[in-house]
Amino acid sequence: MAWTGALTYADIDIYCFTMPRAATTTDAFNAVAEPRRRAILEVLADGERPVNDLVARLGLPQPLVSKHLRVLREVGLVDVRGAGRQRIYRLEGRSLEPIHDWVKGFERTWEQRFQLMDEVLEELKEQEEGESDDE
Amino acid sequence: MTSSGTAVVTLPTQTQIVITRDFDAPRHLVWKAYTTPELIQRWWSGERGEVTKAEVDLRIGGTWRYMMVANGGFEVGFHGEFREIVPNERLVTTEVYDTGPGSESVDESMAPLITTTFTEVDGRTTMTQVTDCPSAEVRDMIVESGMEAGMQESMDALERVAITLA
Repeated sequence: MAWTGALTYADIDIYCFTMPRAATTTDAFNAVAEPRRRAILEVLADGERPVNDLVARLGLPQPLVSKHLRVLREVGLVDVRGAGRQRIYRLEGRSLEPIHDWVKGFERTWEQRFQLMDEVLEELKEQEEGESDDE
Repeated sequence: MTSSGTAVVTLPTQTQIVITRDFDAPRHLVWKAYTTPELIQRWWSGERGEVTKAEVDLRIGGTWRYMMVANGGFEVGFHGEFREIVPNERLVTTEVYDTGPGSESVDESMAPLITTTFTEVDGRTTMTQVTDCPSAEVRDMIVESGMEAGMQESMDALERVAITLA
């Protein structure tokens, strides 16, 4: 199985963003900043694929796809294996974890606020029910 | 008994943050909790501290100002201006982070714009908050702030464990 960790297809789709911290594509954050690289990851999220299959699905020139695959490989987002004359690429989900964690911290902060809002809302609902009982 | 949702954060473009959350309450109450100073006092700081100020001048061009003392002892403040108000439905406001004395001079036209919508189905409300940032850098900074808070909480939790073990 190429897919490790708790990430799902939705993660890739959701956490596609730029993090312009460095000019180079030295980490996963920068690597997924490129829309065509995200498209490649999305296709690979469904399962491993040979290069020509990716080329056909994305409708991009093969040299371009190969270039992006090379970047993705350098940061560990994809891995490759040879099968006969074919080179088959697969997603390495674990490499997406830093991105996932980055967003999760922000999400947690808001969820804590919302949980307190839940308590406020419970009280407001009770007050409203109380008022309608009085009528 | 509350069966509420869990906040979901997505980053659909380089300059946007979208937060969605379901509440087990009709939207006029969610609106009330979201815009009434005494109620904002109770939730806005989350687990990060105590709200020390919540002022809301709920009219177009009116300002809001929230402040909290974080658990670490430092003050954090935000303010903004209401741009659009449709009671119980939609709220558009700017959000400026108060960086300390002199922060009034920051270019308010560059402030992130927050559009919050409330939709109700069967007595439950989905709140969607879209933050439009002037640049990817600002967007990343906002997301980063949550990350730091998360890490701080982990440190606090670690400290508590350490104390119980002592």
